[in-house]
Amino acid sequence: MRKVEAVDLNAWFGSNQALHGINLTAAPGSVTAIIGPSGCGKSTLIRCLNRMHEEVRGARVEGKVLFDGVDIYGDGVDPAAVRRKIGMVFQRANPFPTMSILDNAVAGLRLGDGRMPRAEVRERGERALRAAGLWDEVKDRLDQPGGRLSGGQQQRLCIARALAVEPEVLLLDEPASALDPVSTLRIEQLVGELKERYTIVIVTHNMQQAARVSDWTLFMLFGEVVEFGPTTKIFTTPDDQRTDDYVTGRFG
Amino acid sequence: MTDVAAILEPVRGVRRAKDLAFRSFLWVCVGLALTALGVITVYVVAKGFSALSVNFFTKEPTAPSHPQDGGILQSFIGTGIIVGIAALIAIPLGLLTAVYLAEYGKGRLASAIRLVSEVLLSTPSIVAGAFIWALVVVAFGNFSALAGALALVVLMWPIVARATEEVLRLVPQELREGSYALGVPRWKTIMRIVVPTAGAGILTAVMLAVARALGETAPLLLTSLGNDHVNTNPMRPMDAVPLRVYADARTPVEALHNIAWGGAIVLLATVLLLSIGARVLSARQQKRLA
Repeated sequence: MRKVEAVDLNAWFGSNQALHGINLTAAPGSVTAIIGPSGCGKSTLIRCLNRMHEEVRGARVEGKVLFDGVDIYGDGVDPAAVRRKIGMVFQRANPFPTMSILDNAVAGLRLGDGRMPRAEVRERGERALRAAGLWDEVKDRLDQPGGRLSGGQQQRLCIARALAVEPEVLLLDEPASALDPVSTLRIEQLVGELKERYTIVIVTHNMQQAARVSDWTLFMLFGEVVEFGPTTKIFTTPDDQRTDDYVTGRFG
Repeated sequence: MTDVAAILEPVRGVRRAKDLAFRSFLWVCVGLALTALGVITVYVVAKGFSALSVNFFTKEPTAPSHPQDGGILQSFIGTGIIVGIAALIAIPLGLLTAVYLAEYGKGRLASAIRLVSEVLLSTPSIVAGAFIWALVVVAFGNFSALAGALALVVLMWPIVARATEEVLRLVPQELREGSYALGVPRWKTIMRIVVPTAGAGILTAVMLAVARALGETAPLLLTSLGNDHVNTNPMRPMDAVPLRVYADARTPVEALHNIAWGGAIVLLATVLLLSIGARVLSARQQKRLA
């Protein structure tokens, strides 16, 4: 079963090609990790999966990304609609500074098309905050600014915000790299819980993290896929020497 | 070890002297600027304070035989109406321009708009007045408050547009991306995320533009002309505080000079309050985005 599939994906920043012929599949109920050294194109790849790459000036994509078999780069596909199905959390927590904790959680619903009764918005906000494991910490101060939370809490608020829109796929772009070890552990546990219901793709530069949270691992170098396979295989008996060198810490 | 000791050593000699020299120079500069502001304020208040009576705010000018009994009510009302109309036109126009330049603008059209607004920013205000005189006053055949307001629009629009563009650019790209990633379309992201985040900064831009317009005399001379009586019809000539200050100061009558100083106090106080308000708001904005 394939939820998301990248087929011969190429991406550019201006004239500089960042991705070369990437193939990737992500199955429902699983976590796929993208690993590789800095600058190898991990973030570019994950941003291509929900059409965020094209928001960068001069950026361009060729190839296909299939979501339930439909090409999200096909003619007439609305990027906003794609992103409601394929949510994303960024490296640095980015709660909206003018909004309260609750308003942040439901921002995607409020700003989405169609009106929703206030009670339902609140209920879905609570559900999202619970799913992100943040509810118990914030339930008594839902109307405080989101920016007042700690870094780890802000990141979970951003996960809640992404979940509230009820996507089917969750893209996490180094979600814990700016966090302390305890907050990182919290995020990793969360990924484990969320994979039951979502297809998750996570970019990480932390190999232990990839080994801990993912079922599948894709190793990249210089914008190309070196090896893609079950995480245990990639970390114990990889086919490619370069993968072995990287996961055993001989370079990168 | 010795290196560490050298770093911890207090700075002496030439470097210390240079530091002191530059520091003193900066203090002198600040002092000069503050002195100028202080002298102007004290002088205006000393000259005009006696004019500030109840009549000053509630009456029209009286007969030349006893001008001290009259006021400049028509100027206050006129300034309110003219600047109000100008703000109603210039603020939305400036905001739209800023959103276009900051969020969409690339290529020729954007550079052209930027160039035009830059030129307008440094255009002498009498030119704005002359331009509207030729365009509106001549066409309608009479001076009017509306023409005055339009002349002020020419001055306010680029101030609002450029200052707002700057604060919109300060909104972190991450917030826009956070919104796009939720499936929020671009225009909604701008209206509901970017503009509110820059809110206080935009208000600052607006206040600075209003403060500038309040004190402008030259563009109104050729357009709104002035009026000795209360007029609320924007199609007719209307008085404004700076016009009254100018007119009264040109007469040989001592009592009218006094009234002109009184008008100057009101203008100075209003502009000062607006500027302080703008500073307070932008400080709050900085704090929120930090």
